[in-house]
Amino acid sequence: MKFFFTGILSGIISGMGIGGGTILIPAITFLSDITQKQAQSINLLCFLPTAAAALFIHAKNKNIETKILKPLLIFGITGAVIGSFAALYIDNSLLKKAFGFFLLAMAVREFFAKT
Amino acid sequence: MKNIRSVLIGLFTGFANGLFGSGGGTIAVPAMEKLLSVEPHKSHATAIALILPLSAVSAAIYIFKTDIPWSIFIPTVLGSVSGGIIGAKFLKKVPTKYLHKIFALFMLAAAVRMII
Repeated sequence: MKFFFTGILSGIISGMGIGGGTILIPAITFLSDITQKQAQSINLLCFLPTAAAALFIHAKNKNIETKILKPLLIFGITGAVIGSFAALYIDNSLLKKAFGFFLLAMAVREFFAKT
Repeated sequence: MKNIRSVLIGLFTGFANGLFGSGGGTIAVPAMEKLLSVEPHKSHATAIALILPLSAVSAAIYIFKTDIPWSIFIPTVLGSVSGGIIGAKFLKKVPTKYLHKIFALFMLAAAVRMII
């Protein structure tokens, strides 16, 4: 049940444009004994159905700037492959610390963001 | 110039999203607005079109090397899909300015706990 509520919270936050995963990943690692990599896998998998539904609605409303997507996708996928393999080869405790610094930077930006 | 910017935005977004299993949108949305002059109301949607395939690629690589705890994944994914629907339906009616600040403090606390 606690994971269901964590999911709901992160789903709502995703809609605010903060990035639900940045909340979901620390929350599920605090609530269970899973590793950082397992938490990141869960977040990636959770994102897929939610994002697919959102994408469908955005495409219908013609909100997607398709003409700029091609280079972003080609180099994005390249970056994704490098980043994912890097995550899998790094030690869990080091990855968790690195994630903490990434989260810290986003927290500071979020706090001072004009919305 | 725009091509080089697109290359860098793609690489950074994909790398961070793969390394941290999240956070691609927090890079792609402001980067596309500032560096590629994408209109704000289109940047969110365009970022999803970019990050969905990136996350699918990353998830496939993670699955190979990680034991997915399905007993945690299933309630979490049911919650996050429901939360996405709730957010999409009701969020426009809530003033989000203070919510952003409150969540920033939560993120800060979580970050400190993870670093120490």
